[in-house]
Amino acid sequence: MTTAVLKSDTTALFRRKRLGTLAWPVLIAAYIVYVFFAFDVPGLADRISVKNMQTLVADSYSYKTHVTRDNRSAEVSIAIEGERKGAYAPGTSPDWVALGEETVIDLGEGHIVTFGPDTVSYNIPDYGLITAQPGSSGVNATLPTGQTPDWISASKNRMAITTDAGRLTITRNRSEVFKYSGGWELFFFTLDSPYHGMSFGQLVGTGEYAAIWQDFWRNKMWRHYDVAWALFETLLMAFLGTFGAALIALPLGFVAARNFSPLGSLRFAARRLFDLLRGVDGLIWTIVLSRAFGPGPLTGALAILLTDTGTFGKIFSEALENVDGKQIEGITSTGAKPLQRYRFGVIPQITPILLSQVLYYLESNTRSATIIGAITGGGIGLLLTQAIATQKDWEEVSYYIILIILMVMAMDTLSGWLRRRLIKGT
Amino acid sequence: MRRGLQFVFGGTMAELTATGDSRQGIEAAYMAQMRHKRILNLIGILIFAALLIGGFQAADNRNAGGFWDGLPNVLDFPGDVLSEAWERSQLLPGYFIKYLPSLLETINIAAAATLIGALIAFCMALLATRGLAPAPWLIAPVRRTLDILRAVPEIVIALVLIFLLGGGPVPAMIAIALHTIGALGKLFSEVNENASLQPVEGLQSTGASWMQRMLLGVVPQVAPNYLSYALLRFEINIRASAILGFVGAGGIGYDLRNTMSWGQGKFDEAAAIFLLLFATIVIVDQLSGVARNRLTHGKAFADKGAVI
Repeated sequence: MTTAVLKSDTTALFRRKRLGTLAWPVLIAAYIVYVFFAFDVPGLADRISVKNMQTLVADSYSYKTHVTRDNRSAEVSIAIEGERKGAYAPGTSPDWVALGEETVIDLGEGHIVTFGPDTVSYNIPDYGLITAQPGSSGVNATLPTGQTPDWISASKNRMAITTDAGRLTITRNRSEVFKYSGGWELFFFTLDSPYHGMSFGQLVGTGEYAAIWQDFWRNKMWRHYDVAWALFETLLMAFLGTFGAALIALPLGFVAARNFSPLGSLRFAARRLFDLLRGVDGLIWTIVLSRAFGPGPLTGALAILLTDTGTFGKIFSEALENVDGKQIEGITSTGAKPLQRYRFGVIPQITPILLSQVLYYLESNTRSATIIGAITGGGIGLLLTQAIATQKDWEEVSYYIILIILMVMAMDTLSGWLRRRLIKGT
Repeated sequence: MRRGLQFVFGGTMAELTATGDSRQGIEAAYMAQMRHKRILNLIGILIFAALLIGGFQAADNRNAGGFWDGLPNVLDFPGDVLSEAWERSQLLPGYFIKYLPSLLETINIAAAATLIGALIAFCMALLATRGLAPAPWLIAPVRRTLDILRAVPEIVIALVLIFLLGGGPVPAMIAIALHTIGALGKLFSEVNENASLQPVEGLQSTGASWMQRMLLGVVPQVAPNYLSYALLRFEINIRASAILGFVGAGGIGYDLRNTMSWGQGKFDEAAAIFLLLFATIVIVDQLSGVARNRLTHGKAFADKGAVI
């Protein structure tokens, strides 16, 4: 073969290879383009809800206080997030609201709203005074002369003013002010607790630790007690599911391992059982089990248990098939009985593999337990779906998400630590 | 165990020279050590058993229905579904065709999420590996980002995104892709750490840029492992995609929830979806298992009829 032929062959080979390497990116790009249109990504722009996005972001770091005046009975009520559990007791108010014949609400930066006996007025710096006499004839608003800016929407029966300081809505029956403040409201104590508004030093000073703890733990707004239980339920699902599956899968793994199970048909049956348990996904197991046991942590634990029995069975039987026969021989040569052979010849060999797999799954099952909880109704997953479904308590959603991330990371650390400790013995 | 023995021998060696007493001392010390170890093991096992039993009791108490009450009914629902499917088995092929587009959507969500997630994970893994990262100060923040992405369950992101973007496949795809970045990023960077740096150094000596060093020096070494991990992730993501459909993100999971809510007497469509989902998971698992075996052990290994 001459060098010329060799060279042309090599060039051709290189060209082919180059085309081949080029084909992959092209294929991937083509698939992404296909998905782009199959999922209707261009239509997404219409479906995106900017308003929802603003609510979500604003709610997750701030809260609003409603000051509401019933225009017929002239009663003024103040409630955080407009919820009854966040309501101020009659006659009490935050320091920016002055109650009386005339209720004066100081929204800050010179924005003052006054609920008079007949007149509602809003003094906006750099704009002017807006007044309204809500009654059966309508809102009867008077605006400063000039063009109405777009942050005011006024009609005969309804007026809404949105400024950076807050928001005022007036209808015939109701005048309502929203004031936005930073932070998560009433996270430690609700308004009906005597400890609300105390600093840490003052709390320590009272010395009533049991009562303080009780008020915090039973906080109606944030429900710390329920949240703690929900987290515990989720961890419980992961713990019971993972270790229950490991306990069931260990004997089944022996049955399915070629070198321990003489009966071919039994081996085949065990392996198909593992395939079935893994193939029927956790989702389907969850649905089936929740029909029999109802929602709750037990259902979740059993769903994890069933799926993972299949996974562990497969892993365990493979580990058992790779066991070194020499150690068993050595034990046999000392006259050990079969059970002793397993105990001292086999178990020490497979323990590290099994433990590390089981602990790895413990961490990943904490995440699965959250998901299963959301489907079947249990644990922190349930709280999260409930909070999202109400579409207003986004600060709670953020709180739960943070808790979930911390929980999973803690389990990750714990399982890593246990793995190192139990397997390497350090 | 080995450590225990070493300790015993170490201790008795000292004793040997001190007392001159030989075998009995060793034996007694060894037996004492073993007894101590056994007692500790027993306590550990007892605590573990107590936790397991106590945990089961607690879970049983907090569940809507009790374990022992529900146990006899476990097979009722699958029985109903299967018997209804059996009665109207001539309708099943029609249902299979009817739900094929949804199944395709579920698979597409998983595939697109795996693809996009793996591509981003690839870049992030290079940034997170010591020795390869172009900027060492980036390693720690990139790794923490990966940790957080891995810790968030897909359903959390999906539910929030459904609120923002409306239902459909895109929220599910983004949610799964984000989790995939976290999971694959960690595995990829572990693979990178085992890659030999010699080709990279060789390329550097020729004046190759960072991009060229990575593409020509690292990628050929790690590509089989990367692909193998990505395939494994694809299997997991198909399951995740079905689950997210169930909470409103489209695909076969969504249809499953709808057909389930029709109640008794109309479970034949649900049965068809169960079967489709089951078959898909098994087929994808098998195919990807074969492919992964080839990637990690080479073609010859798979051809020899290795156990898959």
